[in-house]
Amino acid sequence: MTVIEAPSRVDERFSHIRRLEAESIAIIREVAACFQRPVLLYSIGKDSSVLLHLAQKAFVPAPLWFPVLHVDTGWKFREMIAHRDSTAARLGFELLVHTNEEAARAGITPFTASSAVYNHAMKTEGLKQAMARWGFDAAIGGARRDEEKSRAKERIFSHRNPAQRWEPKTQRPEFWHAWNTRLAPGESMRVFPLSNWTERDVWDYIWIEGISLVPLYFAKPRLVIRRQDTWIMVDDDRMPLEAGESPEKRSVRFRSIGCYPYTGAIDSTAATLAEILLEMRSTRMSERHGRLIDHDQAGSMERKKQEGYF
Amino acid sequence: MRDTPHQMPEEESPDAIIARVIAAEQAKSQLRLLTCGSVDDGKSTLLGRTLYDADCVYEDQLARLFNESRGRVPEGDLDFALLLDGLMSEREQGITIDVAWRFFETDKRKFVVADCPGHEQYTRNMATGASQADAALLLIDARKGVLTQTRRHAHILALMGIRHVAVAVNKMDLVGFDRTAFERHAAEIADLAEALGFTDAVAIPVSALKGDNVLTRSAAMPWFDGPTIIEWLESVDVAAAVVRGPFRMPVQWVSRAGQDFRGYCGRIVRGRVRPGDELMVTRSGARAVVARIMPEYDLGQAVAGQSVTLVLDRDVDVSRGDVLAAADRPPVIADQFQAHLLSLGEAPMIPGRQYLMRLGTDEVPVSITALKHRIDIDTRAHLAARQLAMNELAVVNLAADRPVAFDPYAENRDMGGFVLVDRITHATVGAGMIDFALRRAGNIPWQAFDTAPDARAAAQGQRPAILWFTGLSGAGKSTIANIVDRKLMATGFHPFVLDGDNVRHGLNRDLGFTEADRVENIRRMAEVAKLMADAGLVVLVCAISPYARDRALAREIAGSHPFYEIFVDAPLTVAEARDPKGLYAKARAGKIANVPGIDVPYEAPEAPELRLTSHDAPAEALADRVLHLLQLGRTLKVTDN
Repeated sequence: MTVIEAPSRVDERFSHIRRLEAESIAIIREVAACFQRPVLLYSIGKDSSVLLHLAQKAFVPAPLWFPVLHVDTGWKFREMIAHRDSTAARLGFELLVHTNEEAARAGITPFTASSAVYNHAMKTEGLKQAMARWGFDAAIGGARRDEEKSRAKERIFSHRNPAQRWEPKTQRPEFWHAWNTRLAPGESMRVFPLSNWTERDVWDYIWIEGISLVPLYFAKPRLVIRRQDTWIMVDDDRMPLEAGESPEKRSVRFRSIGCYPYTGAIDSTAATLAEILLEMRSTRMSERHGRLIDHDQAGSMERKKQEGYF
Repeated sequence: MRDTPHQMPEEESPDAIIARVIAAEQAKSQLRLLTCGSVDDGKSTLLGRTLYDADCVYEDQLARLFNESRGRVPEGDLDFALLLDGLMSEREQGITIDVAWRFFETDKRKFVVADCPGHEQYTRNMATGASQADAALLLIDARKGVLTQTRRHAHILALMGIRHVAVAVNKMDLVGFDRTAFERHAAEIADLAEALGFTDAVAIPVSALKGDNVLTRSAAMPWFDGPTIIEWLESVDVAAAVVRGPFRMPVQWVSRAGQDFRGYCGRIVRGRVRPGDELMVTRSGARAVVARIMPEYDLGQAVAGQSVTLVLDRDVDVSRGDVLAAADRPPVIADQFQAHLLSLGEAPMIPGRQYLMRLGTDEVPVSITALKHRIDIDTRAHLAARQLAMNELAVVNLAADRPVAFDPYAENRDMGGFVLVDRITHATVGAGMIDFALRRAGNIPWQAFDTAPDARAAAQGQRPAILWFTGLSGAGKSTIANIVDRKLMATGFHPFVLDGDNVRHGLNRDLGFTEADRVENIRRMAEVAKLMADAGLVVLVCAISPYARDRALAREIAGSHPFYEIFVDAPLTVAEARDPKGLYAKARAGKIANVPGIDVPYEAPEAPELRLTSHDAPAEALADRVLHLLQLGRTLKVTDN
């Protein structure tokens, strides 16, 4: 096991996390300076919360001067909506909420449509409608390059055509910090200030800056049912219960949050940020460890290496 | 087994543990690293091995690594390249991937890795990645040594200002960990490093497959006493260099919080700043003293890399595009400079054509005034060139519409690196690095004369204007312009027809009909038209002017003079049937080339002031429409007031 030593006298201003912070703030300011009608996309999750915090920091002592948009599917946890509204009231930004009412009226719900159909209608189309409704030309989002392979190559300023489509051929090479923010009429930009952050950076920053998170991330007894090997929270009475299903109270927390019927919880008693961070670090290690001993090949590779060279 | 169990404090709270863990994380600095070399050199294997050794592989990737390695590599080994795949299928779908980003960390540092796939766009991709990198890891195959490709990679690194380079001499296991082979390569690498000016270059013998000298020191190469790859990566010092040197902060945004607060927001790209420092505002030359830095850090000073808001002690005019700079060591301010330019767009870059330059936070139109020479990226040989195709590198002279503040790229990447943006498509078509100023602004000032343009116009009894007739050869431009000219004369105006063919007999007789020459032809005609308009004339320009960008440039050159783009639109069949100059016949016979509409395009104006379809109306009627456009001359009349 690694022994963690007390930090040496490394100047905090040069630290990894401060370099990321400074870069993100520069990106957010660039959006403010170069676009007519920018918006910050707020999904209420941890990445969004970091993004919002950075946007506040970018303009202090002035208030956040562009609006914050939540694309509400109508199926978010009630705690998310409460957190969203209290955050908006506390920080005093302009909160815009858009729901794809057409799809909702057409009866598209997590229980009646496939997840692909539901997500496309409520999230993708919902966002496009909102962009058009308010005429936004730049949307700041919290996506990161470490999330998945396809994100690893994404630009910081990602160009969209007038139909809001991502066209691989028109993505612009990005040199230094000389971002090309020019748009033709009808075109728009998606901007990702957290591109170079990893998931761990996000959690560390939440701790360092004391960023407030929606309580769903913290364990407490919640009413849940078991579905597809995970705990689904019965957040309201719209949740149809199948025969034999009876909700039970368990101490659980959520690792990511979204629409409650699609978001699984894990058993946990980690009720504070420190406890979550500890649990995450140890879980990852033991899972890794377990997998490694399953694969005797790994051991034999190490042995061969040793045998061959010693 | 340890003799004594590891001592843990007995009752340490989760908060105390996490505070300690994160404090350790915060003590880590960041290094942005570019990896270059082809798959054949084992680049993916080395990078995959590094991620694996640093314990930065996610669970699903790890499972795949174990399951899919079987049959791909000798029993017992792992195919670490599997950790980095996923690019190939996307490439097959035609998706351009210039850089794929990876993340890993060690106990001392966090790494952001720019991994560039090696294919036909390699120069552009590698340059893009290098522009974001502090250091580079270059791979060569121990069996092959320094190849042309190695020289190309090293050259691009040097060009992009990378000074810290580790060359991993990989596949040492396949040469029996032979010291002589390594030392032969290392000597060649040292020569290359010296020629290219790398301040910190090291050759490291490794076996990415077996892990030798990656994270752990190789037992098979005890003769090597240099750093392992990880040791080198952890020790490269890049922060110190940017903190030394004169203070620079391009202003991104002016913050106005309430009536009294003015703060200038930006990221410091060089040096450090404290309250009390005297700064210069580059565009006005005004000076002011720093009153406050936000956010407030320890020691009261901010350093390169930080995004801050500066409050100055007095009211000065500062806006986005200005640079706040150390008053005693200001940057260069000039409107003409030499630069290295890498072409990134599909269309060739041509001298005379105008682009939008993005330098720091400033945006200014520039044009290439001279293409001095192209540089062969493999051999570094200088070649003559009249235009610049995609992925080509050249030394050029650039002229900006107004002075800009910069430092040579070699001194400061953020103050000397710029991109060029196409004015029509808004694509990023070039990346450049400024070498030096050719002419400091102010050395050739505009000579001011007593007679103001208004007075000159009043004396002529008309307002000058430029009417730009564009269209295919034989569309009827000169015929219509001739009638307009006659009618204006008859009503007491002072027009003049500037005809493309006539100008080619004199001023432009050195120019041919290639795209590059057409750009210059139009630039000169536009400049002459502007001088004539300055003299008070109504100028009727007749020129095919097939490229939209060049007509846009002509409009820019016209400045404050009214500019009317008149599209004389005739189908090619009609123009070809007329063929007044016999051009089309010669082109069809293969005797001449570069005839717009035949073998080079004519880009029809999208939004001309006037479009005349010359094949279905008599020329007289079309000329009347031009006069109508000018409201029968009223826009040309000087009003009395």
